[in-house]
Amino acid sequence: MSTINYSEKIPNNVNLGEDRTLQRALEGWQPNFINWWDDVGPEGSTNHEVYLRTAVSVDPQGWAQFGHVKMRDYRWGIFLNPGDANREIHFGDHKGEKAWQDVPGEHRANLRRIIVTQGDTEPASVEQQRHLGLTAPSMYDLRNLFQINVEEGRHLWAMVYLLHKHFGRDGREEAEALLQRTSGDANNPRILGAFNEKTPDWLAFFMFTYFTDRDGKFQLAALAESAFDPLARTTKFMLTEEAHHMFVGESGVSRVLARTAQVMNELKTDDPLKVRAAGAIDLGTIQRYLNFHYSVTIDLFGADQSSNAAIFYSSGLKGRYEEGKRGDDHVLKGQTYKVLEVKDGQLVEKDVPMLNALNEVLRDDFIKDSVAGVGRWNKVLEKAGIPTRLTVPHKAFNRQIGALAGIKMSPEGRVVNEVEWAAKRDEWLPSAEDFAFVASLMGRVVEPGKFAGWISPPVMGINRQPVDFEYVRFG
Amino acid sequence: MDMAVEAGVIKQHLIDPEICIRCNTCEATCPVNAITHDDNNYVVRADICNGCMACISPCPTGSIDNWRTMPLVRAYSIEEQFTWESLPAELSTEELEAAGVSAEAAGDAAAAVPAQTQAQAQAAVESVEPVFNSAQYGATVPPWSAAHAYTNLFAPKAPTTATVVGNFNCTEAGFDSETHHIVLDFGVVPFPVLEGQSIGIIAPGVDAIGKRHHARQYSVASPRNGERPGYNNVSLTVKRVTEDHQGDPVRGVCSNYVCDLKVGDTVQVVGPFGTSFLMPNHPRSHIVMICTGTGSAPMRAMTEWRRRLRKSGKFEGGKLMLFFGARTQQELPYFGPLQSLPKDFIDINLAFSRTPGQPKRYVQDLMRERAADLAALLKDGASHFYVCGLKSMEEGVVLALRDVATEAGLDWDTVGAALKREGRLHLETY
Repeated sequence: MSTINYSEKIPNNVNLGEDRTLQRALEGWQPNFINWWDDVGPEGSTNHEVYLRTAVSVDPQGWAQFGHVKMRDYRWGIFLNPGDANREIHFGDHKGEKAWQDVPGEHRANLRRIIVTQGDTEPASVEQQRHLGLTAPSMYDLRNLFQINVEEGRHLWAMVYLLHKHFGRDGREEAEALLQRTSGDANNPRILGAFNEKTPDWLAFFMFTYFTDRDGKFQLAALAESAFDPLARTTKFMLTEEAHHMFVGESGVSRVLARTAQVMNELKTDDPLKVRAAGAIDLGTIQRYLNFHYSVTIDLFGADQSSNAAIFYSSGLKGRYEEGKRGDDHVLKGQTYKVLEVKDGQLVEKDVPMLNALNEVLRDDFIKDSVAGVGRWNKVLEKAGIPTRLTVPHKAFNRQIGALAGIKMSPEGRVVNEVEWAAKRDEWLPSAEDFAFVASLMGRVVEPGKFAGWISPPVMGINRQPVDFEYVRFG
Repeated sequence: MDMAVEAGVIKQHLIDPEICIRCNTCEATCPVNAITHDDNNYVVRADICNGCMACISPCPTGSIDNWRTMPLVRAYSIEEQFTWESLPAELSTEELEAAGVSAEAAGDAAAAVPAQTQAQAQAAVESVEPVFNSAQYGATVPPWSAAHAYTNLFAPKAPTTATVVGNFNCTEAGFDSETHHIVLDFGVVPFPVLEGQSIGIIAPGVDAIGKRHHARQYSVASPRNGERPGYNNVSLTVKRVTEDHQGDPVRGVCSNYVCDLKVGDTVQVVGPFGTSFLMPNHPRSHIVMICTGTGSAPMRAMTEWRRRLRKSGKFEGGKLMLFFGARTQQELPYFGPLQSLPKDFIDINLAFSRTPGQPKRYVQDLMRERAADLAALLKDGASHFYVCGLKSMEEGVVLALRDVATEAGLDWDTVGAALKREGRLHLETY
């Protein structure tokens, strides 16, 4: 049944009370989680009452309940989508067999690695965003940041539950380690590169939630196909929450663009210095931020060719995005896929076995999805009569992972030498001066209905509330 | 429950392509697969959407919450919607009248558009005027003393079969809007339902594009222990619309199929659905029921359960109050049986909007007349309020509750928030 039991210490819809050992283990982990939240969660937010969305069940009627709560009291817990006793594995070598309710021994190490890697990203982004509350451009945006933070916290819970329930002592140790690594810590960093980068300002936050949370969407969607049923059910529900994170990013950048376009039209100028002087973010800076976040995020999909990706797919651990909607044989043996490589200083396409290229398949799905949203950003500029358009850089631009790592390439996809790269770097990626300028705009605006000068108000409020609703009550 | 189609006018459910982020949540959520997409837009099929609102709260952007009053024959096709870059404006009164839609019918449908749509029209300014939004007071949790509801035991891919054991017209015969009382028996298949839940029925055959029909939802009108006590059966209240104001036939696929069922026929059933619109079990809890038309189904279920409890001596004086609206007395489902309920058991208030020679009266008018009693109930933490029927009445009803509370010296924000938090105000409108 999908109703969540809130009367227990750890809200859940997995009958936790019937598994005393597991319940005790999770209740032992809980204080460490709260300590982690207090130490590196949103700064200075302890007494705020935030208009948060909480799930009371995982069906549509109950999963979005709104009310003012203190984030520390947010009902973190374990919510899985309803199961289907007859669910079958629908891809890979086990296609047609019953989905697994327990971890098969031969896949234990790989599943653990997948869950730990996914789990590690959740607290990492909370750490990356912990100072942003101090420079929120509005109360509405502050609430959205906090909603994302508590949901990332809940996603950590979701992964920790799987580790505790299905991986015994190793799982418990991994769950502890998730709270010990810290984003950007030189001695004990988070597992993936993008999650050790700083999120220094709100433009970076919007780009991060647009691009990097979208990587989360694609990874979760691939895991929602998994033959390991508890993982599939957990990630399916996480996807519902992830949608809000991408909304914050997409609408955030849209509103920055709307404000910039408005200033450009008012001043009848496209001179970035004049736009900056008027307190808005020039389009060149926005494009450079986009280039950075896009290139860092597509690295998260891993190497273009990976025997691990093939193993994960064939053994049923991780499917493709929208696996069920694809018309092929869902086994993929003997099929090929085109990937890029560098030959004699130029990019060329080559065919490789599809199974080994599944990271690239997922990356290409992500790229298609991201580009569509950039198109919607361009509509904001088009409607305002501004001729400039944003673009996503070439897939090989600024890559650090896979066959394209280390190639010097312009955003348009032209191979360049070290000299040109050094000369143009600050045209293509945010410079120290860009960061300093954006940081200079970051003042705190938290009066209901008021917005910082570099961003437009949203079209509508949250949960049918007005834009000037008191989304955060400061205790 | 079928979406109301009156006078060939619908409130068409649309998605705003300018705000939508194409996250797929709505499509994944829709219980009847009314939502689809191409590379450009997410769109809603007007012929399938039943206005169940399941997609509304999961949408992160609010883009899902848009409605347009449209002549049925001119409803926007999904092909049109795929090409949109922004939402079309509402049709003007002249355009609607040119399509044969009376101003009154259009007004009825427009009044049914959720309040926030008007809010959107004036959004994107620094200070938005707050708009009264009735939906925000609707609870998503059941009362604390509600029984545990089972849901989704049978999915559309694997429905169960029920046998028709009763079907009769529960309105006066000869009216175009006849309403049927259908009884379905599940035999030995477990299909536990509670008052306030609904079930889905899949009509046989295929639709215009050759796809299997989608399930239509109907509220259960019988108590938890069966339409006939101790039997594994449920009853439904289903209205058929046979013609529109021009006398042209309008056929709701599923409602006509259900109304035409014969005893002994079998039907494909999915569900049950619903985890919050549930009645309190506490013997001193009060229930205020406000409904129109087939929205009376859950109210009949709750009333009947209370009646049976009272008969067996398991009740301690919780009050029952009913506000029931219909166009005329003849079209009011269960009018006869209602008259025979004891006055000390249930306080019945009937409102008729189309009785010839009488002024129009709506349920909210009656509520204001009964302000003194309602105020006492609003002050009592044991009172539970249930609203079911046409979307157009929801706002008026909640506004009436607000005004009753305010006039009685209560702070509506406090009362409304408590009603929602404690699962004591439930809105189910369509």
